[in-house]
Amino acid sequence: MYNFEFAKPSTIAEAVEALGQEEAQALGGGQTLLPTMKQRLAAPATLVSLNGISEMIGVCVNDAGEVCIGGATPHATVAREAAAHYPALAALAGRIGDPAVRNRGTIGGSLANNDPSACYPAAVLGSGATIRTNTRDIAADDYFQGMFDTALHDGEIITEVRFPVPDKANYQKFVQPASRFALVGVFVAKYAGGVRVAVTGASSNGVFRWSEAEAALSSDFSKAAVDGLSTPSGDMISDLHGSGDYRAHLVKVMTGRAVAAAG
Amino acid sequence: MPKDHGIGARSKRREDTRFLTGKGVYTDDMAMQGQVYAVMVRSTVAHGKIVSIDTSAAEAMPGVLAVFTGEDFAEVGGNPAGWLIHSRNGEPMREPKRPVLAHGKVRHVGDAYAAVIAETYAQAKDGAEALAAGTVIEELPAVIDMAAAVANADNRVHDEIPDNLCFDWGWIEDNREAVDQAMKSAEHVTTLELVNNRLVPNAMEPRASIGEYNPGTGDYKLTTTSQNPHMTRLLVCAFVLGIPENKLTVVAPDVGGGFGSKIYHYGEEALVLAAAKKLGRPVRWTAERSESFLSDAHGRDHVTKIEIGCTKEGEMLALRATTMANVGAYLSNFATVTPTYLHGTVMAGPYKTPHVYVNLKTVFTNTAPVDAYRGAGRPEATYSIERAIDKMARELGLDPVEVRRKNLLTPDMFPYTTPVGLVYDTGNYQATLEKSLDLADYAGFEARVAQSAANGKLRGIGLSTWVEACGLAPSHLVGQLGSRVGLYDAATVRVNATGTLSVMTGAHSHGQGHETVFAQIVADKLGISEDQVEIVHGDTSKIPFGMGSYGSRSLAVAGNAMNNAVDKIIAKGKKIAAHMLEAAEGDITFENGSFSVAGTDKAKSFGEIAFSAYVPHNYPLEELEPGLEETAFYDPNNFTYPAGAYLCEVEVDPDTGVVEIMNFTCADDFGNVMNPMVVEGQVHGGVVQGIGQAMIEQTTYDQSGQLLSGSYMEYAMPRADDVPMITVDHSCATPCTHNPLGVKGCGEAGAIGSPPAVVNAVIDALQRGGYTHVTHVDMPVTPSRVWAAMNG
Repeated sequence: MYNFEFAKPSTIAEAVEALGQEEAQALGGGQTLLPTMKQRLAAPATLVSLNGISEMIGVCVNDAGEVCIGGATPHATVAREAAAHYPALAALAGRIGDPAVRNRGTIGGSLANNDPSACYPAAVLGSGATIRTNTRDIAADDYFQGMFDTALHDGEIITEVRFPVPDKANYQKFVQPASRFALVGVFVAKYAGGVRVAVTGASSNGVFRWSEAEAALSSDFSKAAVDGLSTPSGDMISDLHGSGDYRAHLVKVMTGRAVAAAG
Repeated sequence: MPKDHGIGARSKRREDTRFLTGKGVYTDDMAMQGQVYAVMVRSTVAHGKIVSIDTSAAEAMPGVLAVFTGEDFAEVGGNPAGWLIHSRNGEPMREPKRPVLAHGKVRHVGDAYAAVIAETYAQAKDGAEALAAGTVIEELPAVIDMAAAVANADNRVHDEIPDNLCFDWGWIEDNREAVDQAMKSAEHVTTLELVNNRLVPNAMEPRASIGEYNPGTGDYKLTTTSQNPHMTRLLVCAFVLGIPENKLTVVAPDVGGGFGSKIYHYGEEALVLAAAKKLGRPVRWTAERSESFLSDAHGRDHVTKIEIGCTKEGEMLALRATTMANVGAYLSNFATVTPTYLHGTVMAGPYKTPHVYVNLKTVFTNTAPVDAYRGAGRPEATYSIERAIDKMARELGLDPVEVRRKNLLTPDMFPYTTPVGLVYDTGNYQATLEKSLDLADYAGFEARVAQSAANGKLRGIGLSTWVEACGLAPSHLVGQLGSRVGLYDAATVRVNATGTLSVMTGAHSHGQGHETVFAQIVADKLGISEDQVEIVHGDTSKIPFGMGSYGSRSLAVAGNAMNNAVDKIIAKGKKIAAHMLEAAEGDITFENGSFSVAGTDKAKSFGEIAFSAYVPHNYPLEELEPGLEETAFYDPNNFTYPAGAYLCEVEVDPDTGVVEIMNFTCADDFGNVMNPMVVEGQVHGGVVQGIGQAMIEQTTYDQSGQLLSGSYMEYAMPRADDVPMITVDHSCATPCTHNPLGVKGCGEAGAIGSPPAVVNAVIDALQRGGYTHVTHVDMPVTPSRVWAAMNG
C-alpha cells in the first residue's frame, strides 16, 4: 500500500467536494479497493470514505412502496432490515461473502465497482431498480455497461438504490468454490407487468437480462417454462472454475431453481 | 474404563490454551531491538535472462540500508537436495545449483533475484519496487508442460540440462521384465491415465525468518518457521553460508502449520543471516500470502499411466506405473526422494501382487519447486493403485470390495517382503476393511441409493484400502538408497531436583500436539503426573540433534527415543534406590512412580530418588555420577506401516455436477495409540486435506508460467461446510513389532487414504446413474469437470 490522504465527510455535499480533488477515490466498505491498494495495484491520492454520511445509511420504504437502501448501507444491515419488505433481496445480501465482508461492504460500493460476479447487480437489474446519485436517477437497465463499467461519472456518488417490490422473487447463487462469489447467480422477479431475469457471474459483459426466459416466464411462471428454453448464448466467461458452456448450462438450471423457489 | 492420564488417555492438548487465546509466539510476533526489514524482489516472468540490475535507485531510496542480488551469493554454496538418486542407466541425477538468490536467470514466477533491506517495511517495499524498475530481464519461453519439457531439447530450465530431466528411475529395475511378461500373459489388463494434481500447501502462518548476528562473539541466530531446526542449521552452515555449526543457533518457535512446506531450507533464511552480518542489526522477513503461493514448495504434481494385469476373477498378477513427476525449477531438499523412495516403494499397496515395477521420470519446469506435502509420494501411489483397482473391478464386473478381499495380504503373511523392497512387519487389512464396511453401514447402501434417487441425486460409494511406509527412517537403509543424512531422532530427559522434568526432543511440533502426547508417555512410564513434564522443542541450543517432524516420524522415531531415554532414567533410578534402600540393584522394582525392594515394603518415591540425585548426601558417588539426566538416540530398524480402509459416500447432482460428501468413514491401524483424541484430530485434518485435493484444490499455471490460482480468490481450500462429519476408528490395531512403543504414526494417513475414496465414489455414482461412459475424472472433481464428463 502506498501513502494516501483520508477524508471522512459527514454530508453528501462534502463528499462531492472532496471527490473533486485530484486523484480522489470514493471508499465504500473497501472490500475490493483495499486489497487492491494493499497489492499496490491502486494508488489514489485521497480516499473519501462515504461511511460517515448518515443520510446514506439505512433501509426504508417510500410512499411508492419501493424499498430504499442508502448507498453506504452494509450488506448485513440490508439482510436484517429489508427482510420484512423484500425477502429475496435480504436473502441475497445475507449470502454475500462472509460476516466480515457483510459488515463492511456496502451496496453502493458493490454497484459502483460492478464486479461481473457480484450478487447485487443481479438484484438491481432483476428488480428494475433505480440508482439515485448526487446528481440524477439512473434506471438499472441504463446503469450496467459491462464488466467493471457503469454509467457513473467521475466523482458521482450512489446515494440510494430504490427497489420496486415484486410479487415473487428469488436469487439462486452457484458459488465459485474459492472466492464464493457467484460462478453463476440468477435473480428472478415477478411483477404485475412481467418477469425480469438477471444473471451475474456468467457473462464477460457483466450482469445481463435473459430475455428469452423473461418472455417465457411472463406467460407461464413455472420451472417447466424454463426447461423448454435453450441455454442462453452470449459471451460466457470461461476459466479454471468452469467453461462457458458450463456457465450457460448453469444459468438455465439456476433460473429454473429460482422460479421453483419463488413459488 | 478409559484412562484419564498417561498413555492412551484423551488428555486435552495443553498447547491449545496459548494457541486459542492468542498467546502463541510465532516468528513474526517477535520484535528485536534495532530490527530492519527485508523484502524480496521476485521474478514476474517464469523464465528469463537477467540482463542487468541497476541497484542505484533502490539504494538511494529513503531508509534503504542494503541491497543484495544473486551476485552477492555467487561464491557461496547452493541449497542441496537431500537424496542422491541414480537413473536406470546408473547415472547420478542432474543437480543444478539452487542459489540463495537467482543469478543469471530467473526460473519461475516468484523466483527471488534480489532483496532490499530498509529501516521500515514500507521503505523496503518501495526500495524493492525501485529495484525491480531498474532490472532488465529478457523473457525466455517457459517450460511448463512436463511432456513438452522432456521432448524439447532447446528449451531448457537449466542450460546444462538438455532434456529437462533430473533422472529416469526404475524400481525395481530387476522386476521390469517379469512385469512385462506377466502383463503379456494376463487374461485382462486395466489401464488408467491420471493426474495427481499440484497443491499449494497453504500453512496458516506464512514463512518468516529473522537473522541476528553478534559481532562481539561472531554468533548467528536464525529464528524461522521450520519443521526441523537442526536440518536447517546443517544446511545453512555446511552447504550454503559456511558458518561453523557451533556459531549458529536456529530457533523454530510456535509454527502455524507446515504440512511439509516448512521442512526445507529456503533462500530467505540465508539472506537474513547474511544481511544481519553485513548490517550488524536483526533483519526480518515475513512472506506475504501471495509470496507463499509463489515460493513455498508445492506438493504432488504427477502424471501417471498405471496398468494392472489380472485374471478374469480379479486376482492381481502385475502392476506397472509409468510416471512423470514435476520438481519445478529447482530441487528442493526432499524433491528427489518424494517421488522415488516415498512413492515407488509403496506401489505394492496392501496387496499380494507378485510383480510390481515403477518407472519415474522427474522433470524440471519453470514453476515453483515441488516437494513433500502431507503424505509425500504415498498419496500419489495410493491414488494410482486404488483408482486402478476400482476400474479393474468395474471392467471385470466384480464388486470392488470383493476384489480387495481377494487381493489383500492376510495376517498370516507377515512379515511380508513386497516386490518393491519393503518388509511390512505386521497388519490386519481384512480387519480394517470389515470394520469400515460395518461403520459405514455398507449393507444399507442400496437403500440409500434409492433414497437419493427419489431426491433426484445420484449416490455412489468409494473404497480405498491402503498401507503406507512412514516413521522415517532406518539410517542404514536410507543411506544405501541415496539419503545424505541419517534419520534417527533424539531425546534428553532432564529430571529436576524437585522431581519435575524437562524433556528435550529433536521433533518439532507445528500443530501436532507433541507437548501433550510426549508428556503423557513420559508421565505414564514414570508414574507421575503429566503436569510435572515439560516438553522443550525447536531450539538447537536446547535440544539434542534431531531430524525434525515430517513423514509421520515424531512419535515413531522421536517418541521411541524418549521412551528409551526414560528407560535409562529408570535404570539409574534403580541404582540410586538400591543404595538408599540398602538392597541389591537386581531386587529393585519400579512401578507406579515408586522404587521398591521386591517382597518388602521398603520403597522410595520417584521424587525422593530425583532429590537424592541432585543432593547426593546419601548417594553412591564412588560408582555413580550425581544428577538424573539421560539422552537417547533412536534409529529405527524398519519403516512403520500404518494401514486402513476408507469409505466415502457421495451424492452427485446430475443437473450441476455438484458432488456432496454424505459421510466419510476411516478404519485405521496405527498400532498403539497414545492419545485417541489427538489421533482423531490428525485423521480429521488429513482427510480434510485429502478431500480438498480430491474436490476443490487446483493449482493452475498458464502456458507462460503465470500462476492463475495464486490467491484465495482462485485457489479453493476446504472450509467447514465443504466437509462432512468424519467417522474415525482405530480399534483394529496391530502394534508395530520393531519399536518399543508399538506405534506406527498417524499424521499423514488421512491425506493418503482419502482422495481415491472420494473419486471412486464419484465414478460409482455416475456409473450407477447410467453415465457408464465415465470411467475417470481427474482431481479435483469440480462440478464443472463432473458435468463435462457426464455430458462428454
